[in-house]
Amino acid sequence: MTTAREMGLVICTSCARVWPGHLRRCARCGHRLRSRPAASLQWVWAFWVTGLVAYIPANLYPMLVTSTFARDQSNTIVGGAVEIARHGDIWIAAIVLFASVVIPVAKFVAIAYLALSVQRGSIHSTHGRHRLHETVEFIGRWSMIDVFVVAILSALVQLSSVASVHPGPAALTFALSVIFTMLSARSFDTRLIWDPLRPRHPRAA
Amino acid sequence: MDIDSRHTIDASRLIGCPKCDKVYKARIPGPGQHASCVRCGTKLISRRNLVGSSILALSIAVFVLVVSATFAPFLSIEAAGLSNKVSLLNVATSFRSGVLILVSVTMVFAILAIPAIRMALLIYVIAPLEFGLPPTRHARTAFRLADRLKPWAMAEVFSIGCAVALVKVSDIAQLEFGAAFWMFVAVSTLMILSDSYMCKWTIWQAIEDSQ
Repeated sequence: MTTAREMGLVICTSCARVWPGHLRRCARCGHRLRSRPAASLQWVWAFWVTGLVAYIPANLYPMLVTSTFARDQSNTIVGGAVEIARHGDIWIAAIVLFASVVIPVAKFVAIAYLALSVQRGSIHSTHGRHRLHETVEFIGRWSMIDVFVVAILSALVQLSSVASVHPGPAALTFALSVIFTMLSARSFDTRLIWDPLRPRHPRAA
Repeated sequence: MDIDSRHTIDASRLIGCPKCDKVYKARIPGPGQHASCVRCGTKLISRRNLVGSSILALSIAVFVLVVSATFAPFLSIEAAGLSNKVSLLNVATSFRSGVLILVSVTMVFAILAIPAIRMALLIYVIAPLEFGLPPTRHARTAFRLADRLKPWAMAEVFSIGCAVALVKVSDIAQLEFGAAFWMFVAVSTLMILSDSYMCKWTIWQAIEDSQ
């Protein structure tokens, strides 16, 4: 069992075909061949920072504005959950908090941890870190649920004076934050997790 | 699965793990089995998959369902004698003020356009292979694009979003599900089915062989 880099080969990340290391483009699927894209970690950090910057206003501004008979009420993400909890639905409040606060924050921490561990050339728990990346990639898109719920409510609940719901500015920044963390996780090259396991060999003859 | 001597490399008979860079000699697993990377566990070849014709049928079904669900009645609500009826397109474009329009654009892509485009691309790639014709001119680009778009097609995420929104609304108003609602539930299920039963490697191999 050897890695492609040790054999002087390169694997197409799109179709898994193996090619001689000097080739620039996969002749089967047309994808660009790069053994270890030099700037991949920089992309990870760039998207990570952008996602984090978008996540701050997503928590400060209202996500949902509800107008009923007499009053308007705007709720931030956390404020909305607190409101639900006050009505007695502790469990639903917990689910909302988990989906829109715990998971996004955990994603930022996880990606930063992966990038830092790779930069330090860590050889610890490669399997664990590989699985962590898989989990982050899998969970990423599910954070869009919040935005979709706001969309469904604001399209549906339009009952003139009785009750109407409008989206707040946080819906946009939250969506951006989700998209940029997805891009950040996707830019991460998982091969970097496994590289330090073996000393680098000169290219095979 | 192991590698022969380094001196007799025939790259066309090798398969690499795109996730951890290990190289293996490609050996097709028996029916119902799959070959995974020994080091990181990434699934490389799967024979537990559906044949091309089933994938083709699923793609056509999903494409037709997405297009028709877009305009059919999706949900309607009734409270205190007032009612409101919305289509899927209404929901996707409910962000109307100022820069929030960008969210509408994102939603139209994530729940309608990208799922439809992906299915159209898969039909374009798989149909000729299935009927024994030479691959279409841009089959390679099309299949690669379909693969890259995969995480951005969020039909099933939207379905769960519907469930959450309905729980929130059901206290204050009466709800009725339209035809599009059920079509969309079907879209999500069929898409998950077709994605988890399609072996990318097998299709790439078929494209390569027929060229």
